[in-house]
Amino acid sequence: MIGIGLLLFLLLTATGILLVRNLFAVVILSGIYSLLMAGTFTILDAVDVAFTEAAVGAGISTVLLLAALGVVGQEDRGRNRRALIPIAVVVLAGVMLIYAVPEMPPFGSPEAPIHVHVAPQYIEETPSVIGIPNVVTAVLADYRGFDTLGEVTVIFTAGIGVLLLFAGRRRKYK
Amino acid sequence: MSVLGNFNYVIAITLSMIGLYVLIERGNLIKKLVGLNVFQSSVFLLYISMGKIDGGTPPIHYEGIAPFSNPLPHVLILTAIVVGVATLSVGLALVIRIRDAYGTIEEDEIQALDAESGGTE
Amino acid sequence: MSEHLILRVVIKFLIPFIFLFALYVQAHGDYGPGGGFQAGIIFSVGFILYGMIFGLQRLRRVVPPHLILALMAFGLLLYTGVGFATILLGGTFLDYGYLSHDTVHGHHYGIFLIELGVGITVASVMIAIYQTFTARAEETTDENVGTG
Repeated sequence: MIGIGLLLFLLLTATGILLVRNLFAVVILSGIYSLLMAGTFTILDAVDVAFTEAAVGAGISTVLLLAALGVVGQEDRGRNRRALIPIAVVVLAGVMLIYAVPEMPPFGSPEAPIHVHVAPQYIEETPSVIGIPNVVTAVLADYRGFDTLGEVTVIFTAGIGVLLLFAGRRRKYK
Repeated sequence: MSVLGNFNYVIAITLSMIGLYVLIERGNLIKKLVGLNVFQSSVFLLYISMGKIDGGTPPIHYEGIAPFSNPLPHVLILTAIVVGVATLSVGLALVIRIRDAYGTIEEDEIQALDAESGGTE
Repeated sequence: MSEHLILRVVIKFLIPFIFLFALYVQAHGDYGPGGGFQAGIIFSVGFILYGMIFGLQRLRRVVPPHLILALMAFGLLLYTGVGFATILLGGTFLDYGYLSHDTVHGHHYGIFLIELGVGITVASVMIAIYQTFTARAEETTDENVGTG
């Protein structure tokens, strides 16, 4: 029940992001959106993900967006173009995806293909092979350690990229 | 299975379409990035919804607790969130650099400036 | 922002607890929710909060940019270093079992070390990005004051 309420609030916040013109309000709405998303993740049993989303989405992302707003100003001057093509593309894609939803395995069913492949093996083996209770950490750091190495490299590269983009002298626009 | 039984998936799709619309239709570059964030989070919601099992608990072992929800999507999304903030920061840095070069972050104004200076469009 | 007395006092009081919580999340990732990614973010939040209240100059004195750059690389090198250490000890890349005589203990050490590497890299990258952005924001404000 709480889950459905949170999902509806998510929808409301996303609509707000779509309609509001003031960029400061948009940034705060996106922080609220991330916090609601973290709540939804908790209800869906993904506590690690909820933790990360609350810290990253509602915390760091908002701070970075606000820092950027300090440079670029908070006015969204662009006209709403109301072009037909974007609406048509979005509605068409949405209808096609929703048409495919009934083909998905039922929500919460333990027999869904995703639950019968490698996941049971990870859950069963973790206490004896890795020796730690948190399966998510075990998969993240041990079974799929190579993936995580890639992710850390991506973050490192992003940091270097931001530093390089601001290095060097900047040319003033006319 | 009815569409309503898969309510989470429908919401995830709607959110992603709102995000996509903001991303392709709004001219302001900061707003585009927020739209990208919404789009991205909707995919996270889709993945985490798939990992849920009825009556499941968070996948942390403790005596007498079972069944667990699927830990695999959790791992994928956990790293994706942190990579998401990394890409967001690179995007913001690019937006600030674009403002340095053009003095505006509105897409149509940038295109007008490009056309004026005889850009290679 | 330096005149906000209440904020300054409260933040000074809060920052040690934020760091303590970050260390708890870092070390306790095996047993509860948490791990290197979350701990790194929380750790950087402590510094960012300090920078927001006391200004970029003081933040730069606390964590100099060259230290941040070194730590960014150090975290990643620690991670890959664990991988190469397991190769040298006779295993394959990131096969933690070889880090100790007991395989399960080896996995413990391996996970602890690579989570530490993840945490250090994430925290220092976030602090570096925040420092760069706010440095630019302050430049822009100076320009506006100068011209207007």
